[in-house]
Amino acid sequence: MELSGDDIVTQFLKDEGVEYVFGYPGGAVLHIYDALFRQDAVKHILVRHEQGATHAADGYARSTGKPGVVLVTSGPGATNAVTGIATAYLDSIPLVVLTGQVTSAFIGSDAFQEVDSVGITRPCVKHNFLVKDVKDLAITLKKAFYVATTGRPGPVVVDIPKDITDPNIKIPYEYPESIELRSYHPVVEVKSSQVEKAVDALLSAKRPMIYSGGGAVLSNSSNELRTFVRQLGYPITQTLMGLGAYPEPDPLNVGMLGMHGTYEANLAMHECDVLLAVGARFDDRVTGEIKQFCPNATVIHIDIDPSSVSKNVHVDIPIIGDVKQVLIELSNAITASKRKPDTKALKTWWKQINEWSSKDCLRYDRNSALIKPQFVLEKLYEVTGGDAFITSDVGQHQMFTAQFYKFDEPRRWINSGGLGTMGFGLPAAIGTQLGNPDATVACVTGEASIQMCIQELATAFQYSTPIKVINLNNRYMGMVRQWQEFFYESRYSHSYVEALPDFVKLAEAYGHVGMLIEKPEDVEGALKEAFAMKDRLVFMDFITDQKENVYPMIAAGKGHHEMHERELA
Amino acid sequence: MQHIISLLMENESGALSRVAGLFSARGYNIESLTVAATEDASLSRMTIVTSGSNEIIEQINKQLNKLIDVVKLVDITANGEHIERELMLIKVQADNSEKREEVKRQADIFHGRILDVTDTTYIIELTGEGSKLDAFIAAIDASDILETVRSGATGITRGETCLRL
Ligand SMILES: Cc1ncc(C[n+]2csc(CCOP(=O)(O)OP(=O)(O)O)c2C)c(N)n1
Ligand SMILES: [Mg+2]
Repeated sequence: MELSGDDIVTQFLKDEGVEYVFGYPGGAVLHIYDALFRQDAVKHILVRHEQGATHAADGYARSTGKPGVVLVTSGPGATNAVTGIATAYLDSIPLVVLTGQVTSAFIGSDAFQEVDSVGITRPCVKHNFLVKDVKDLAITLKKAFYVATTGRPGPVVVDIPKDITDPNIKIPYEYPESIELRSYHPVVEVKSSQVEKAVDALLSAKRPMIYSGGGAVLSNSSNELRTFVRQLGYPITQTLMGLGAYPEPDPLNVGMLGMHGTYEANLAMHECDVLLAVGARFDDRVTGEIKQFCPNATVIHIDIDPSSVSKNVHVDIPIIGDVKQVLIELSNAITASKRKPDTKALKTWWKQINEWSSKDCLRYDRNSALIKPQFVLEKLYEVTGGDAFITSDVGQHQMFTAQFYKFDEPRRWINSGGLGTMGFGLPAAIGTQLGNPDATVACVTGEASIQMCIQELATAFQYSTPIKVINLNNRYMGMVRQWQEFFYESRYSHSYVEALPDFVKLAEAYGHVGMLIEKPEDVEGALKEAFAMKDRLVFMDFITDQKENVYPMIAAGKGHHEMHERELA
Repeated sequence: MQHIISLLMENESGALSRVAGLFSARGYNIESLTVAATEDASLSRMTIVTSGSNEIIEQINKQLNKLIDVVKLVDITANGEHIERELMLIKVQADNSEKREEVKRQADIFHGRILDVTDTTYIIELTGEGSKLDAFIAAIDASDILETVRSGATGITRGETCLRL
């Protein structure tokens, strides 16, 4: 088949099985847009800002496990996409981002809409490419998908100069079915000696702890994780990125750990003698002060990325490999072993943990005359029957969602954990809904975050994505205000969100349904009403308690045993 | 401790900046970096001299390995015996016979070669380990040194162990 570069792009995407491209046109990609116009296999979703395109593709990727694809123009199109690329990078999400570039001959001349996209994105991509010859186009695209989706996933940028997609230059095209790179070997064999050491440590534990992260979600290891944890009967805690891989509620699940983790999870981390990290990366929001992290524990770490091992915390027994494969081998080795977990020690350990749990660290004032954000989330969980994809933005509402919505399946909780990108929630919900057309999708957000990508309400209208936006409107950048209350003697410097729009009218202006909810007694009814509107986006503006804080909290630089707790009358 | 890391990478444009960017982004020391094509034109060989604690050196090795363009890597310092060489060209003041004598004498001791002679200057070529070049600089009166240029270290392991595909 003879094709020109522009058609190669669309034909390749079709051959690669790409369903959606999230994009925004401009000069450098006009040939590609013309090619998109000529076909209907690949559906293009027109966003309203390139950041929205990357987040939407990201939400699609997180919720489906398939790579998200983005198409933007050169210069400002590419720079607008950078925040979303970095967001995907820090959470290891597979994205392929096609950026237009000025014509090859103009590169380096400060041409109109020229930026060095490869240079700008280099520190926040898994890899990037500049296509220099149309003959390399298909193979480069194949490399991009291969690199993005294998090993530890991540975003890959392919920068395509305009002349490469010239409709007048035709070359033979054949879809490259597979590819090998001599410098990249994502499949690693699990070392059985390491598995043996790990089993030995695990079965010798008196106070074991399993700490599971985003890697368990990304590697689709939820079933293997469940089998493994239940086989041992050991307590498990999950990171913000890991929620859902192991279900909640569940007797072995002690909740999320870290800065806003539960009392029992954090104390169990502090007291454990053997820690098994499963696809987690010892992020500072999880570990707190490194010097005080799990002071008595032998640390076992399963990760596909060797550079994650012993990066922040010294690991005694690393197991490099795909989390799924390693969990299967661990389970098999435990079954085969003559030794069994130390039931007596385990009983004492669980007694201790249950004592910590009895503190009910997530309690809040249920008699408040104001709407408590936690209450909205509890009701959201009830009304959706726990069966929804929930995206979020960044702030208190994100932490409340992680604490109060009980995720019992992986890929249901879609949030920007690593970069903490405000503006992520709404476009991510659009991508999630497109990837899961029959599912219930809600975006939990705050009045500050939602305004960072509010224009995507138009995209949601155009493509009829019936998302429910749960705006927990506390008239503050709540998370910022909380830090100012705790660490800056309540000097609320510029964290008050003034001049808020009327969100109901705003939603209506975009063609959606808006609802204002001001009283606790109206919360449940409003949610039921909204979720009954199956084909409409409903923007629910909940006026919540302005001064609510997220508890428990470990201040930056403190250990897991030094939590702030809520004091209730 | 100082380490010499040698690596083979795809001879692609931008490969060098991926390595340089990695060092600056992660705050690693980089004492010198040399790069040139190899007998196989599709590969470049890079030598990086860096320093840090064992943990940092381990991370540097892992992070470099993680770069998609890096085909193979060896920490020469950690891998037994090796040869390290650096080239220096140094221009010194030699405007009277006493100085000319002295510079010539030092160059001989260090097995240097005088490449260029004018009425007032000498240019000396010297190869060796970095410490030898340092020693030569220390042996010359600082006020007589007009210019130095050093290539940065390159290195190779002894015997049959090789960094090759
Ligand atoms: C793009 C971006 N800018 C700034 C921040 C810092 N930040 C973190 S949380 C937050 C406040 C969020 O306020 P809101 O969306 O109202 O959520 P709330 O905490 O009130 O629930 C800010 C400004 C960020 N995470 N992302
Ligand atoms: Mg707020």
